[in-house]
Amino acid sequence: MTAPRRSLLAPDPRTIARNRAEARFRAYGLGAVGVALVALAVLLLSIFGNGSSAFYQTYLEVPVMLPEKSLDKSGTRDIEVMKKVTTVGYAKVLKTALDEAIEANGIIVEGLGKKDVGNMISDEAAAQLRNMVLADPTLVGQTIAFEMLANGRIDGYYKGRVTRESAALDSNVSPAQLDLADALAEKGLLATRFNLDFITAPDASDQRPEAAGLGVAILGSFYMMIVVLALSLPIGVATAVYLEEFAVKNRFTDVIEVNISNLAAVPSIVFGILGLAIFINFAHLPQSAPIVGGLVLTLMTLPRIIIPARAALKAVPPSIRDAALGVGASRMQSVFHHVLPLAAPGILTGMIIGLAQALGETAPLLLIGMVAFVRDYPGGLFDPATALPVQVYNWTQRADPAFVERASGAIIVLLIFLLIMNTAAIVLRRRFERRW
Amino acid sequence: MKATKLAVSALAIAAAAGAAEARDQIQVAGSSTVLPYATIVAEAFGENFDFPTPVVESGGSSAGLKKFCEGVGENTIDIANASRKIKDKEVAACAENGVTDIIEVRIGYDGIVFASDINGNGFAFTPEDWYKALAAEVVVDGQLVANPNTAWSDVNAELPAQEIMAFIPGTKHGTREVFEEKVILAGCKASGALEAIAAIKGDEKEAEKTCMALRADNRAVDIDGDYTETLARIGSNKDGIGVFGLAFYENNTDKLQVATMSGVTPSVETIASGDYPVSRPLYFYIKKAHLEVIPGLKDYAEFFVSDDMAGPDGPLAEYGLVSDPELAATQEAVAGEELMN
Repeated sequence: MTAPRRSLLAPDPRTIARNRAEARFRAYGLGAVGVALVALAVLLLSIFGNGSSAFYQTYLEVPVMLPEKSLDKSGTRDIEVMKKVTTVGYAKVLKTALDEAIEANGIIVEGLGKKDVGNMISDEAAAQLRNMVLADPTLVGQTIAFEMLANGRIDGYYKGRVTRESAALDSNVSPAQLDLADALAEKGLLATRFNLDFITAPDASDQRPEAAGLGVAILGSFYMMIVVLALSLPIGVATAVYLEEFAVKNRFTDVIEVNISNLAAVPSIVFGILGLAIFINFAHLPQSAPIVGGLVLTLMTLPRIIIPARAALKAVPPSIRDAALGVGASRMQSVFHHVLPLAAPGILTGMIIGLAQALGETAPLLLIGMVAFVRDYPGGLFDPATALPVQVYNWTQRADPAFVERASGAIIVLLIFLLIMNTAAIVLRRRFERRW
Repeated sequence: MKATKLAVSALAIAAAAGAAEARDQIQVAGSSTVLPYATIVAEAFGENFDFPTPVVESGGSSAGLKKFCEGVGENTIDIANASRKIKDKEVAACAENGVTDIIEVRIGYDGIVFASDINGNGFAFTPEDWYKALAAEVVVDGQLVANPNTAWSDVNAELPAQEIMAFIPGTKHGTREVFEEKVILAGCKASGALEAIAAIKGDEKEAEKTCMALRADNRAVDIDGDYTETLARIGSNKDGIGVFGLAFYENNTDKLQVATMSGVTPSVETIASGDYPVSRPLYFYIKKAHLEVIPGLKDYAEFFVSDDMAGPDGPLAEYGLVSDPELAATQEAVAGEELMN
């Protein structure tokens, strides 16, 4: 019997079959990546399509005369007396100013209702003007150039959300108002421009979506991340180092190990229930405060930090420890002088990814009162605040369609923060991680 | 153990600092129907008074009242918003935890409207139509049978021949209760079905329960989310008819058309006059013990029911609240800190 003839140039059938199998597998893999990419593209397109307009806002800019007669009857410029004039009084001042500007520019629009001109202006503008005047009472009696937010529906007209057809059906805006807006824009009194307030301003009520911003939410998230970082880094690293380097292997440490892995998989709402019971009902910490949110998120993040930290420590070869011990270092010295610095990039990467997860978490915050309407900037860890993902959740529930754009805009901001954190994690890993 | 020591000391510091600081802003929680009104008032309150803006949480009437009844003290809420009256059971739970002196404030009325896609058929309903369309079992020839109706024209020949598809609030919403009582049960009574069922079952209470049991064959869909979800469902299913709050409808008149009920178009005026049948009062509840402790609490309550806010020309009415004709009495009660009886 002779062996079958084999040529190095022509592959035999089995090789062909194996090569085909490999080609198929590659195609499957590519297909899987493709599906994931398409899903990502659809998600990003819908979010950016809806949300990018949140970063632009329509403003009216007209000269505003601040009459002493209505803003400071006493004429004393005494703040306490002037505070008696509410935003209603300031709204009238703004409406008069807009009326005068329309007249001065010779704009005539047919079919305007009695309230239509006043309703072009956001309610927020009156509050802004009032704060401005109370901060500087000498403005009373002068004419100032004041930039006021336009009503959300007018703003929607320039973003394609409101059309003449929909305005005819909409009880909150009329086609005549849109005509007026066009006429004002032609005279340069109305313009849409970049809106930094979306990032810095606090939330606003349902009646003024045009003024709603992310300021309080970003600050609240920032405070919580500080708490999470300050608590979970030392606790997580200490736990990982102890379990990996010092603990004897026995049933007790086995139990701990199982529990840590288990905790990492517990749904986050459970930590919210725990937080409500321990931090609010037992420790009497205030509701809606970033300190409680931070503590709850710390509990949630801890196992997710300990596990990668232990993996990073385990990856440091024993020869490093042996060498350190061999030249007379104590075990603690070997850990802190040699093992920990070598494992640091891995630990930090795990830390950043853990923080990013905590930043995007909503469920546990529901139970501790952070899903709330908060307008004052939190001055510290104990003041009420909201968080970025919570703000998204809040806005999707509002009746006014303008909040859809706001919610998507908030998602964009959240995604940018997450992208920065995850990029930092990757860069750290690439630059400092050593392979053995 | 280093880790535990750190954790314990961190907690201790946090607790000590928390206890040392007094709360100076009002905290409110409760009904998602009252939420928009409460935020409008809170916003205006923060702008025009020297107090911080109150913190308003949502979560539903029951959740809010439960939180309200947890006790008295700075880390409990001051006000619970509710889209229904507080129940005796809840008052008892409150009393058990030391919340005894409660002030009840009625802020106005909320209309519940039925709306469909703006480009679809228009509807003129009666409660009877809704009962016949959505009941799980109806009486046919003296027998209780599973609801056979599939189109609105089966229910009432004057309605268009459109598939029955209703998006109704889920059971956790206060709106559901009102819907069952003022629409389904009322329709059951009006059609004479209540008597017929009572005759079959031999028990009035049992008959009412049967009346209010809704069909579970995907023609009546419970919406556990907010009205925004109902709106989205109608957007993707043009045959759907949704149950909304009047305020929500008023903010989306370019997408929805509203149905009349017993010949009356829902509006702030028809609800205030009582002509439109499906409406309910909205409330908030204050802990009297907190009036002395939390700065601005009484000012907030008085501001809420003032003519500038809750009056017929105020911003709340503009948003969709039906102003209470007896607002003056409420204002007096709040000023006098009258307890609920």
